[in-house]
Amino acid sequence: MWVLLGIAVIVAGFMLRFNPLLVIMASVLTTGLAAGLDPVAIVSAFGKAFNDTRYVSIVWIVLPVIGLLEAFGLQERAKGVIGGLKGATVGRLLAGYLLLRQATAAMGLTSVAGHAQTVRPLVAPMAQAAAETQAGEISEAEREEIKAWSAATDNVGLFFGEDIFLAIGSILLIVGLLDQYGIHLQPFQLSVWAIPTAIAAFLIHGFRLWRLDRRMRAGPTASGGPTE
Amino acid sequence: MITLGWVYMLAGAAFAAFALLGLKDESNPKRFRNTAFWGLLALSMWAGDALGDFGNGLLVLALVAIAGLGGLGRGTKSEIAPEVRAAHAARLGNGLFLIALIIPATALLGTLVFKHLPALFDVKQVTLISLALGVLIALGVGYVVLRAAPMLPLEQGRRLMDQVGWAAILPQMLASLGAVFAMAGVGEAVGGIIQLGIPEGSLLGAVIAYGLGMALFTMVMGNAFAAFPVMIAAIGMPLLIQRYEGDPTIICAIGMLAGFCGTLMTPMAANFNLVPAALLELKDEYGVIRRQIGTALPLLAVNIALIYWLAFP
Repeated sequence: MWVLLGIAVIVAGFMLRFNPLLVIMASVLTTGLAAGLDPVAIVSAFGKAFNDTRYVSIVWIVLPVIGLLEAFGLQERAKGVIGGLKGATVGRLLAGYLLLRQATAAMGLTSVAGHAQTVRPLVAPMAQAAAETQAGEISEAEREEIKAWSAATDNVGLFFGEDIFLAIGSILLIVGLLDQYGIHLQPFQLSVWAIPTAIAAFLIHGFRLWRLDRRMRAGPTASGGPTE
Repeated sequence: MITLGWVYMLAGAAFAAFALLGLKDESNPKRFRNTAFWGLLALSMWAGDALGDFGNGLLVLALVAIAGLGGLGRGTKSEIAPEVRAAHAARLGNGLFLIALIIPATALLGTLVFKHLPALFDVKQVTLISLALGVLIALGVGYVVLRAAPMLPLEQGRRLMDQVGWAAILPQMLASLGAVFAMAGVGEAVGGIIQLGIPEGSLLGAVIAYGLGMALFTMVMGNAFAAFPVMIAAIGMPLLIQRYEGDPTIICAIGMLAGFCGTLMTPMAANFNLVPAALLELKDEYGVIRRQIGTALPLLAVNIALIYWLAFP
């Protein structure tokens, strides 16, 4: 039962915001000692596992390509595409952005969009403008709400798009971890099984955006501002 | 035959380049630490098999010491002016996306085709080999089409690598943690406790515990990557995969996504949930999380149902 201390160390260490690498190392030592191993054996066991799972970190070889494309304006181009989104209503605009964010993340382009890159300069202002067109005028509370929706939509699109790209950290973490249990999974298969959830995420979030639209169309007086 | 060893050579070269180029970034006050960090990673890629288990263990301890005590830094050198980038973007248009598409397209195509060429490729590793090939092709096309300066991709890659920082090895560290958990019998221990809470023999109960556990541990730790080795050791491996013989691919792939639902609901994931609230100058610090809960909860239920239906035929 003492080996459970290793899990407690991980949970507490992450909660208390210590450097995660230090937390992992502390958990390794705790778990190993609790299992009755000597420190040299623990370091060796972890070293062997680290060496066996090196492929998890080869994802970073894509950075020179991303860096090259960004130097030639990939982010600016992405902003151009987002700026040209045809969405007369706030819900349709955000649904379009959701789809775009999922699609680019599925290509491995997780950093072409994001809160700093696209949400603040583009998506949030465009969404507010669309809502104003829709409802005539919007209250301060509704303005707040629409900004929050813009950021939320970015997160949903990123989280439930990126795992379709097979060389993302989470996919290779799964492959590496299961390897340690003697089970060999294919990154490609894992990324395929991310697709059903990606579709569900689009449908669920899209439905909520459609309802947001209906509320906006009812006008600021009828709804009396956001209620959620 | 082309094996994973070739990919490690390439990755080692990339990390070595990041290490050396970082030395010249005088805008980064911690540049020597960065160089040591990426240099050790290059050594691991190139010579890991020759270092021995204890040698690799010491290498990890050194990486953790550099990152955990004092940390890495980042500079401002080599940032390209927005006007320059915008001018390029206007000229090149959506062709930039096509070059980016080369990497996933090659990885996909290579995975499907190279499998049938066992004389040329290590068939167990075709995806990662194809990925590396895709990177090389994309770089080649980039050089020809964009007429980039020879060092530009590596220097820009180095800049992005320094932005990622020590988090770059977090997934590898967590995957390795799983080995120690497995060796120490953590799974059996937690499994024993959790099974007290799940009705005996209830597959549905185990799947729900796994999905909810991923989301809850992620909320507590703010990180689905960290929750994953814990839940696999606790429920995924002993119950879902071994006792009920579920498909590990589906259990893991969708289990991770159940964790992402947790990420949407926790202030512990500050980067995603609190930073944008500040960036957008929201009065309500939790405004973004509030909008996400309505998506996260039904999606978590969908993920649990998908695991239950798809992984246990």
